[in-house]
Amino acid sequence: MYTFGIDIGSTSSKAVILKDGKEIIAHQVISLGTGTIGPKEAKEQVFEEASISPEEISYTIVTGYGRMKCDYADEQISELSCHAKGIHYLLPTVRTVIDIGGQDAKALRIDDKGRLIQFQMNDKCAAGTGRFLDVMAKILNVDINDLGPLSEKSNHPASISNTCTVFAESEVISKLSSDIPLEDIAAGIHESVAKRVAGMALRIGKTPDVAMSGGVALNIGVVHAMEREMECPVLVHPLCQSAGAIGAAILAWEKFTKEKVR
Amino acid sequence: MIENGTTQVNAAAAPAQKPKRPKPKSMQMLNEQTTALFENARLAKERGEKVGWSASIFPQEIAETLGLNVLYPENHSAGIAARHQADPFLQECEGPLGYSNDLCAYAKVNLAYASVLNNESEVELPDGGKMVKPDFLLLTNNICNQLTKWYENLAYQMNIPIFFIDTCYNPCDYVTETRVRYVRAQIDQLIKDLCAFTGKTWDDKRFKEVMKISQRNSYLWERANNLMDHKPAPLSGFELFNYMSAMVCNRGKISSTAVLEQLNQEIEEHIKEGNSTYPVKEEYRISWDGIACWPYLRHNLHTLKQYGINMVASSYGKAWAIEYEDLDGMARAYCFASTNGDNATTMISRRMEALKKFDCEGTIYHVNRSCKVMDCQMMEVQRQISAQAGIPFTSFDGDQADYRNYSEAQFETRIQGLVEVMKQNKEAKMNG
Repeated sequence: MYTFGIDIGSTSSKAVILKDGKEIIAHQVISLGTGTIGPKEAKEQVFEEASISPEEISYTIVTGYGRMKCDYADEQISELSCHAKGIHYLLPTVRTVIDIGGQDAKALRIDDKGRLIQFQMNDKCAAGTGRFLDVMAKILNVDINDLGPLSEKSNHPASISNTCTVFAESEVISKLSSDIPLEDIAAGIHESVAKRVAGMALRIGKTPDVAMSGGVALNIGVVHAMEREMECPVLVHPLCQSAGAIGAAILAWEKFTKEKVR
Repeated sequence: MIENGTTQVNAAAAPAQKPKRPKPKSMQMLNEQTTALFENARLAKERGEKVGWSASIFPQEIAETLGLNVLYPENHSAGIAARHQADPFLQECEGPLGYSNDLCAYAKVNLAYASVLNNESEVELPDGGKMVKPDFLLLTNNICNQLTKWYENLAYQMNIPIFFIDTCYNPCDYVTETRVRYVRAQIDQLIKDLCAFTGKTWDDKRFKEVMKISQRNSYLWERANNLMDHKPAPLSGFELFNYMSAMVCNRGKISSTAVLEQLNQEIEEHIKEGNSTYPVKEEYRISWDGIACWPYLRHNLHTLKQYGINMVASSYGKAWAIEYEDLDGMARAYCFASTNGDNATTMISRRMEALKKFDCEGTIYHVNRSCKVMDCQMMEVQRQISAQAGIPFTSFDGDQADYRNYSEAQFETRIQGLVEVMKQNKEAKMNG
């Protein structure tokens, strides 16, 4: 039995097909989010990869910022519960999840079954989000995927004191014009994000293990900065970017089997 | 479809309009009362009497005893914000008037409105200027410290006096006697000064009558709020926010007694018939912490309604249930009226009581950009209450009057997350 989970984010679309609630048979990430062809492409490609047709899906759950716009899903669930479930599947010992998405950041406390117990989200501001990193990578003229490895070369992270994305942009430009090495600026940017997010995450405590979820978790510079700020190891799974979609597919399976029992 | 050059509306395609629920009698009475408040102030002004503006938790009974007409800037700004008319006032205040964007939005709206009344600004007044220009200001700092600077600026701008009572912050869980004496002395002096300024005479007998009315109103207001403990709650909780003007602006008036008696009667009828004005099945009962997010009240309600969430308890509205029996009691009660004047222990114990009484399954905290004092304590209150009560919560960024400080998508995600946790808790409880 197959279930389908799709996470339509603000900057990317992630799709997962799960077999019998356990086995990921296909997963796709497209770097285009809600309002673009990204969700459609993610869906088409994941079905192609799985070599099954949409008719073979028993239940579909959509999550993410664009979840309200999806008209074919059986149900929509918040990305909070989906990331909780997805990370529990990938890293079962985790009890605290930090998810930095394109336009929000969240800290989740979860139980031993991957259920959401408590959460905190960023305030109405782009600081500490993936969008912040996108803007900074653009100013540095560095591919967003290279920002992490670049920052790892730094021995003297620059201080980025502004939390406001717009002001931080000016600050970074000023550092560039002062010939501060790119790696130091990149490391400073990661520290800035980590400080902002850790401040929020620590409000719900840091019950071990702690993991990062979402696309920003693939940035090794941010992960290391988070470890320093949280003062604990932060686990990352290679499929972290798809955690929301995985959680959606698992919840779809749970929902379908529960309804079948009834 | 276009025929013969004219646009024809396809009636079959147009969605049928949902009939509007008739306004309950209590709401009609409330609207009449509000109209009368502004109209009486206008007429008094025309007669050459002095009219005041007052902070929302000023001892209103003083003005009522003296027969003074008083209007309420906070309440008025909330109304402008709720009707989506705040934008030109916010722009005027932050632009030509030169105030900071970080100020309380009630203050921003009112300072710009006052500037129009003072012929210094040209913003069109959406209500035709029913908030007539004041001759004096009545001020307490029990609800807010920014009010002192806001009123100081109004006083300077319009060259009018402020009658001020410093109500003190309460570091203890009670109001100390020295504080009562300090506030009482100010009340005595204020009454003398206000009489001298307005030409009115203080009448102890009238004061006792007003106090009696005020006490009756406080009792009725508290009772209406407390009746929300029934299941399902007899009202949609947000409706009680609408009745606040009866307490904020008319606490010492007999007309409020009539409104609140009618409201209580309507609530009792709902309880008796086992129904509610809440439009869908009440699936979850929550408490609301903080001032209403007036510009998005409709969106708040709509989102909550999607999940069957009814707001059955609020720390905000009950602030106006002020009980006392004499001038010393008045001093004590007005020191202890608002969350912003109380220490964290008092706040937390009041909220814990409410969560229990109303059987709440979650709390929504409005992180109100306009009220830094309230936000300052909110995070710690969240942490302690969640730990003690064992119920989930969520918070959202918003503003009591500045529509720019809110994101609909963020609110929706937070509420959905809260529902998912409440649902889990409910299922766990049912499964033992």
